[in-house]
This record gives sequence, structure tokens and C-alpha cells, in this order.
Amino acid sequence: MSKNNLTPKERMQIERQPMPEQDPNVRNKNFEQVNLGLAEEMAIMEAKRCLQCKKPMCVQGCPVGIDIPAFINLIAEGRYLEAARKIKEKNSLPAVCGRVCPQEEQCEGVCVLSKKSMPVAIGNLERFAADFEMAMGEIKIPPLPKPTGKKVAVIGSGPSGLTVAGELAKMGHQVTVFEALHKSGGVLIYGIPEFRLPKKILQVEIDYVSKLGVEIVNNFVIGKTKTLDELLSNGYDAAFIGSGAGLPYFMNIPGENLNGVYSANEYLTRNNLMKAYLFPEYDTPIFRGKNVAVIGGGNTAMDAVRTSKRLGAEHSYIIYRRSRAEMPARIEEIKHAEEEGVEFLLLNNPLRIIGDEKGWVKEIECIKMELGEPDESGRRRPVPIEGSEFTIKVDTVVVAIGNGANPLIPMTTKGIETNRYGNITIDPKTGATSKPGVFAGGDIVRGGATVILAMGDGKVAANSINEYLK
Amino acid sequence: MFEVIEKRVLSPVVSLLKFRAPHIAQSRKPGQFIIFQIDEKGERVPLTIADADPEEGTITLICQSVGKSTRKFNALEKGDKILSLVGPLGKPSHIENFGNAVCIGGGLGIAVVYPLGKALKECGNYVSSIMGFRSKELLFMEDELRSISDELHIVTDDGSYVRRGLVTDVLKELIDEGKKIDIVFAVGPVPMMRAVCDITAKHNIKTIVSLNPIMVDGTGMCGACRVTIGGKTQFVCVDGPEFDGHQVDFVELSKRQSFYRENEKISLEMMNDHKKCWEKESKVK
Repeated sequence: MSKNNLTPKERMQIERQPMPEQDPNVRNKNFEQVNLGLAEEMAIMEAKRCLQCKKPMCVQGCPVGIDIPAFINLIAEGRYLEAARKIKEKNSLPAVCGRVCPQEEQCEGVCVLSKKSMPVAIGNLERFAADFEMAMGEIKIPPLPKPTGKKVAVIGSGPSGLTVAGELAKMGHQVTVFEALHKSGGVLIYGIPEFRLPKKILQVEIDYVSKLGVEIVNNFVIGKTKTLDELLSNGYDAAFIGSGAGLPYFMNIPGENLNGVYSANEYLTRNNLMKAYLFPEYDTPIFRGKNVAVIGGGNTAMDAVRTSKRLGAEHSYIIYRRSRAEMPARIEEIKHAEEEGVEFLLLNNPLRIIGDEKGWVKEIECIKMELGEPDESGRRRPVPIEGSEFTIKVDTVVVAIGNGANPLIPMTTKGIETNRYGNITIDPKTGATSKPGVFAGGDIVRGGATVILAMGDGKVAANSINEYLK
Repeated sequence: MFEVIEKRVLSPVVSLLKFRAPHIAQSRKPGQFIIFQIDEKGERVPLTIADADPEEGTITLICQSVGKSTRKFNALEKGDKILSLVGPLGKPSHIENFGNAVCIGGGLGIAVVYPLGKALKECGNYVSSIMGFRSKELLFMEDELRSISDELHIVTDDGSYVRRGLVTDVLKELIDEGKKIDIVFAVGPVPMMRAVCDITAKHNIKTIVSLNPIMVDGTGMCGACRVTIGGKTQFVCVDGPEFDGHQVDFVELSKRQSFYRENEKISLEMMNDHKKCWEKESKVK
């Protein structure tokens, strides 16, 4: 099999291979993976759809610059292990990215094929190659250069931290990652549900980063256990802050502290990190509501609402103040939620949460909205329709309207500038903060963004840190 | 893993455990807490740091058996290891020379009051401590508290030790005697802290309480520990754990504390069932 076997015309005649999925009515009652992965022959077929463009747009669309045509061609030729290693030249977490990246906005969004039909399923192929390597148990550690003797501290073991750590290790630096939680992975472990990203898969990729020589120290809160300044005066030559956007926003409406109201962070952390869905085998409880309202329209809202279904909710609602077109969630996540029986209450805004005499959630009052002129975000501003208030019977409300920057590090570190939202300001070309030798990236800089953008930041910062250490 | 290097049983429900945790021991200040998790399946539970020895690299934790996790914690022995110990979390207590400070501890609250009182004393305050227990059997840390107090008052609910009464009875007496009180620190069950605050509010005495709500990550990420302070939502893990008691919405706090009561019962029943099975097995052998 060679790429010259097929003409472009023939390639374009192949249809996009659909990702096999668990039946919606089965999967909405379990925490197993929804997407089952491409079978080998499907992967080859899909890989053959790639036109192997001379000037591939997809590579430009990838924040970490994976050589996409090259790895796809390797799959087409049945050389799956080589495909996985080709991806890993640029991306240490391919099994994660193959599952959670918003490909439709990035590599696949600019694929030439998308103009005529459907883009190549780059994400699914990335996952296929990574899963194959894992299944073969042939995860190879690339040859590492001679140690430079330089030490770098990385704060946070989420996607940006792991990326920066892996890249710097491959450049010969000694890296320590400090993680506040008892498990590594950041939002990948506490935020993203098992049915989208199995913890086992994530663990293999974290282990890969460790095998590159990166030391991960858990249960260590920078700003509390030690400050960043203490690290820098105790032998670390540079630092990267990837502490994430861990500060949940609430709506500041009445009733938000009633029993049964969760931030999405808490709801997902209980369930994902602490495995509350296995209570009482696991000790952490979660309230299994019968009627659950999730406020918000992003990926986190979709994760929360689909989790509520799996915890046994009879009615799970998404309450979102704009229309479907403005929803920030990935199209696939919205589709999956719909298939699983989630009810979408679009153009609705919560006004207050009503409790019973014991302090438990009983109802939520909303008002209907219509879209007005675009606001500063470029999306049409939702405007309430007077007199359209109504209530829905719910016993659980999950607030998934985003996160602010956790102030712990800027507060306890000298000379770190932040913007009005509390995010750390950086030079976008280098990732450098206002403090010499300290770089930052991911959600602490961007606010809530995506895994791959955080990884892109990690990549940029790793190169700058390498330059800085020379 | 974090190793238990010393254990003392202080009362039938309260144990003291010393852990090796050098980084926490070095950074910790009075008023701060840790979160422990015993094993993979365990929950994350916040607990105040009762004491620390930076040179020895140890921290002292005092825990009262309430639910499954605290019982498992108190069943640990010297040499046992737990999965996770993270901290020091929260803001340190604000300590200065206030003048006359009254430290009130109810039950396990004593473990929080002790480092506070110690710091207040070292700062030159006149420290009057009031310790309250349900009965003599549950009393602990009397000597420790005595060593840092200029005066120590002990009350028991059932009168089985020193005198029958509530901590608030003693507080009222001190106020009625005309004692000048510059600040009150009160730590214990929510109803106790609320009762203390009701009294001090009337007399306009500044009162600091230390709150211990349900918490998960402890770094401001999950928001489980939110409380209403002066009409505004605050996170106990990062904004606290100490607050002006007169600003705390105790009614809401009590309700939020009860969120998982049903689940806690299930956990405990399961644990007891396991224990029965285990006892049966060992008898057979």
C-alpha cells in the first residue's frame, strides 16, 4: 500500500468513516467511553481520504504543529506505530488530544476536503494511532540529550504543564512539576468525564511524560506549601505557571447556596477525580438529582449534563441564554447530549433558585430571552422578554458559566502582572511574564480555553525557556 | 505517602496523630489546615493543623470520629501511611496583641483553639480559655490548654467534670463580672459558635470563628465550601477558614453541612457491616 495507489479523485470518493459509538440509550446509563474508536480497516480507509496536500492547511490549524499528512500516510500504509511516533514528535498527549480537541475549529476546520464534503477525521485518526501504540505496549521513549544541568519548575500538571515539562525534558533540562491535587492531569483528570476520556488512557500519557525524566510532585500547592519565589531562590533556574482557571463563577442570583446547587467544577471533580458515581464503594458522595438543570452552553456544561443523566436523572436540562448557534460547546458534544436525552432550554436565563424550608433546591425561575445587537464578544446580546418568567421543577442546579483565574500564584509571587480579569499577562510570542525567568500559559493566561491551546502555549513557552536558559 | 510517626488516643472519639510532612511543617501558621485522603477510595477531608515542628518535619493533627473517613483516620497506627496530605491551606489567623483574648473551644474545636491561644499568648495577650465537653470522658488537651492560658474554665454538659454548663454560661459570667474583653475566638460545633456570636454581638465584642464546611479541593477550585459572610459569598478554603462571626450566615451554614447526611449514614453502615464480617472471619479462624 502506498499513497500513490489512489488518485485524488478516487480519494475524494471515499466517504468519511463514521466513529462507532455506544447506543445512546445504553451509554446514558454508564460511564464507559461513548466513542468506541475506529477499527483498523476503517482507519486505513479514512487515512486514504487525505489528499496529502503539498501545503497542508491542517498543520497550520494545529496549535502544536503536528505533521498531519505524514502521520495519516503512515496509517494508510499500515505503519501505525510509526504514525504514533510521528505525532509524538510534536505532541506528548495524542490519545488525549484525539479525544478532546475541538478539531472542527482547528485542523479539520481548514482541511481542503471540508469545502467539498467532509474533512478528513484527523482527530479520530490521531486517537487510532495513539491507542494502537498503547495497546501494543510499545511506547517508546525518544533518545534524550545530555543533561544541561538546568532546573525548571512547572506549576500545574494539566495540559500546558505536561507539555512544557515533556518538551523541556526532551531538551535535556531537569523538570519538576508541582501539582496541588493527589492525582496528575489537571482539568483532564478532574474535569473531563470518563466517558470522554478514560482515566487509564490519560495515565499512560502522564506516565510517558514521567518516563521522559520529568518528576511530578503531587499534594504540593505553590503559593501555600512553598511560594514560587522560594523555588526560584532554591535552585530552580526558570519556572512555568500553568495553574489553570480554577475559580468557578456563579451567577450571583438568589438561592445559589442552597443544597443541590453545584459549580460544574465541584460536580465534575466529585464524579471524575473522586469517583462519586461509584459511591459507596468510593467514599465521596454526590447528590443524584432526579431533575437537573445545568446552566451554560460550553463543553463543561455538556460534560455536567451528560454526567447527570448517567447518575440517573429523569430530566436533565441545559439552560442557555443564547441560541444553539452561539453555544461554545463542540458540535459533537451537543449532538451526543441530545442523543442521550438531554433537554435544551435555549434562550432562557435563570433569575433565581427557589428552595424548600430545609434549604434544598425545589425550583428554578427563568426568563425567556431574545437576541439583540452583537456585544463585545461578537455574539448577539441576549435580551430578556418582559413578563415571560416561568419556573421548572428541579432538585439539582449545576452552574457551568465559566471560571476565573485562581489568584493564589499572582497573590503570593512578587512581580507577576495580571489583567483586570486576574489572568497573568504574557508576551504571546514567548509566553514570558513580567517576572524574569517566569513563563505562563494555558487557562491562567487565557481564561477557560481548550486543551490544545494550552498545549500550544506549553510548546511556545518550552522553546522560550530553552532560549532563556542558554 | 505520608507516615504516622506518633499516635495518642485523647478520648474515646478523639485521636492525635503526628505525620512526617516537612514542607507543611515549615510553612504552616496557626489557623491553617490540611486536607487528608487516606487511600484511593477515600474522601478529601479538611482538618486544622493543631501543631507543627519545623525542625522535626512533623505536623500534629487532632481528629474526632464522626463519619467513615474520620473513623478510619483515628484507626491509623504508628507506621501506617496515608495517600495524601496537602497544605497548609487557608489564611493564617490574624494574631496581634489585642489585650484580653477569650478563646472558646467546644469538643474538637479545642484542637483549633490550642494553636490560636498559643500564638495569642506569645504575642502578649491575656488569654482566658473556655473548654466545653459533653462529659469528662471526652475531655482532652486540658494540660496543653492550661499551659497557654492565663485562666482556664472547663464546663461539661452533664456535670461529670469541674462544672455543669455550656461555654456560653462562662462567657456570660465573664461579661457580667465586667471583665474587659477585647476579642473572642470561638471554635466548635456550628450551634455553639452561633450562640457565642449572639452573646458577643449584644456586647459589641469582636468575635472570630473558624469554619469547617464541606470541602473538596481546598484551593478555591470547586466552590463547595461557600458560605455567606455579610451578605456576600465567600470560599472558606481560600477566604477563610476564620471569619468575623457576626457576619456569618449560620443558618445557611448548618443547612449546607447537612447536605450529605444520608450518604454519610450509608457509608457508616457499610463500614460497620464490613467490620462485622471481618470480626466473624477472625472468630472462625
